[in-house]
Amino acid sequence: MADALVVKGLTKVFSNNLVAVDHISFTVKEGEIFGFLGPNGAGKTTTIHMLTTVLKPKEGSAIVCGHDIAKEPNEVRNCIGVVPQEYTADEDLTGLENILLCADLYGIPREISKRRAEELLELVELTKFKDKQVQTYSGGMRRRLELACGLINRPHLFFLDEPTLGLDVQTRAATWNYIRLLKKEYGMTIFMTTHYLEEADMLCERVAIIDHGKIITIGAPNELKERLGGDIMTLSIKDTNADISPIIQKVPRVKEVKKQDGTYRIKVEDGEETAPTILDAIRTEGHTVTRLSLTKPTLDEVYLEYTGKTLREEEESKEAMFRQRATLRRARG
Amino acid sequence: MHKRNSNSQNPLHGLWALTNRELKKWYKNPYLFILSIIQPLIWMALFGRAMNIGAIFTSNPIALPPSLISLIPPQVLPQFEQALSNVSTTIMENTFGTTDYFSYMSVGIVSFVVLFTTMFSGMSIVWDRRLGFLNKVLSTPVARGSILMSKVFNAVIRSIIQAAIVLGFAFALGLTVGPDFTPFNLLGVFAAVFLISMGLSSIFIAIAIRSTRWETQMAVMNLLNLPLLFASNALFPTKLMPDWLQPVTKINPITYATDATRQLILYQINMQQLVLDFTFLGVFAAVFSAIGILLSWRYLSR
Repeated sequence: MADALVVKGLTKVFSNNLVAVDHISFTVKEGEIFGFLGPNGAGKTTTIHMLTTVLKPKEGSAIVCGHDIAKEPNEVRNCIGVVPQEYTADEDLTGLENILLCADLYGIPREISKRRAEELLELVELTKFKDKQVQTYSGGMRRRLELACGLINRPHLFFLDEPTLGLDVQTRAATWNYIRLLKKEYGMTIFMTTHYLEEADMLCERVAIIDHGKIITIGAPNELKERLGGDIMTLSIKDTNADISPIIQKVPRVKEVKKQDGTYRIKVEDGEETAPTILDAIRTEGHTVTRLSLTKPTLDEVYLEYTGKTLREEEESKEAMFRQRATLRRARG
Repeated sequence: MHKRNSNSQNPLHGLWALTNRELKKWYKNPYLFILSIIQPLIWMALFGRAMNIGAIFTSNPIALPPSLISLIPPQVLPQFEQALSNVSTTIMENTFGTTDYFSYMSVGIVSFVVLFTTMFSGMSIVWDRRLGFLNKVLSTPVARGSILMSKVFNAVIRSIIQAAIVLGFAFALGLTVGPDFTPFNLLGVFAAVFLISMGLSSIFIAIAIRSTRWETQMAVMNLLNLPLLFASNALFPTKLMPDWLQPVTKINPITYATDATRQLILYQINMQQLVLDFTFLGVFAAVFSAIGILLSWRYLSR
């Protein structure tokens, strides 16, 4: 089957010489949910902006549903749906009015848009609130309204930018269910960004980890976890000055040992069975283990492995921060 | 692959949808609506009634000194006194073109309303950008020019409605119409309001098109609005202004809009001048909305 999205060497440099997206290339297959995982300021939103024709790339190309974003922007716009990170629904209008406004922007005739709007409102369970002003909506309701707006033109490729930013845990899980439901109903391809590892793990069929504008690795969440090659054991010993890495390294089935801030991060096969052997080896050398944990690999570990750090907040442009704060405020409201 | 939707390619569809969104924010919010009407009325009351320039003459009757009266033959004295009291009317007539400053002023307030309404159209594009709405609209196939023109038409429609309300109040409070006035002239007034608000809002939006800071917009607005108002004939005749200011008033579109409105409502119509007014306003509106559309093609997406 054809690819829904083909990106080659896409690059964006802002006027202050900040390279926001640095020669990224990837493809999204027809019908899959593809996730961009990375910290704030990694270039996720900039990538979405370029793919949705809001920003012009400096270099590189992208083919969205068979149309080039630079040469045929209007064809691209017609076949995509976008749910931005911000709550863009107009607060002074009602839910229904907002959806119909979106429909009008695509030039959908009223008789069709009315039918579709009712259907979408039903799916995201907002029918009861459709004539209420959006300012009375909760964060989760707003998110669902945005999802419905984005689907009014029956897009082929659906862009979701941080779909659960600022939502509480329960609402987040509910939102995932709505996304799955909508996907089942309309069968579109989804490209989404997130900085929640759990979200990428739960929703995405394939994930690209992006940092500093570059794609670090791409793969299915399970594949990425397997690529780590085993379980992760972390331990600390009493004598923080000593380095016992060589001792651990000698234990069979230990694949890698890293010492970070007095903690040893050990990659092992069959963690449950290898752990006692490691403990024995350390004890034989006269050291005392003070802390110990064993985890099955999660995307967190994958992330840590590839970027060398946990997901962190990075300084962003004033404008982006303003928008994100506004989103967070409204999500809580 | 992707099946082409049977969507209308009519650019007016999206334009009207976006314009209607802006208008709804106005008329669905009664406080905002009432406040935007009250403000010009306050101005009309303050400038037109409180600062009643005509009263300077009527409240200071010029009494002839007795020594002078004794010199005037008694049979011409009544005519002499009559002529003297006509002086004030003549001064008013020559300065303002009408004997009633309130009438002069309340028509000027129409331009004032237009200026203050259009001025804020730049703000709304800054907010749309900051809140992410603009990005969402940019990702839809709606014509780029429609995004800008929707804001222009919003300002135009608001201006026309507010101008109608202001004129309605002015008539109710005793605006005295000129000899050539017919209700049909009001259509001409609204045409003038249409053109001036189209041009002015295009300017304010063009200034804001790349901006992400509303503070900058506020500064621009503060810088432009009162000078534009005072360097025009909206409140005071330009012919009495100093020479250095004259050229400014000559290129200030508000002068032409106000003059056209006064001709249509208060004065004896001078056809040549009226044609000049409308030509200037037409060119002004066409040039600046064209510039606005060109800028929106070029600069809305970055």
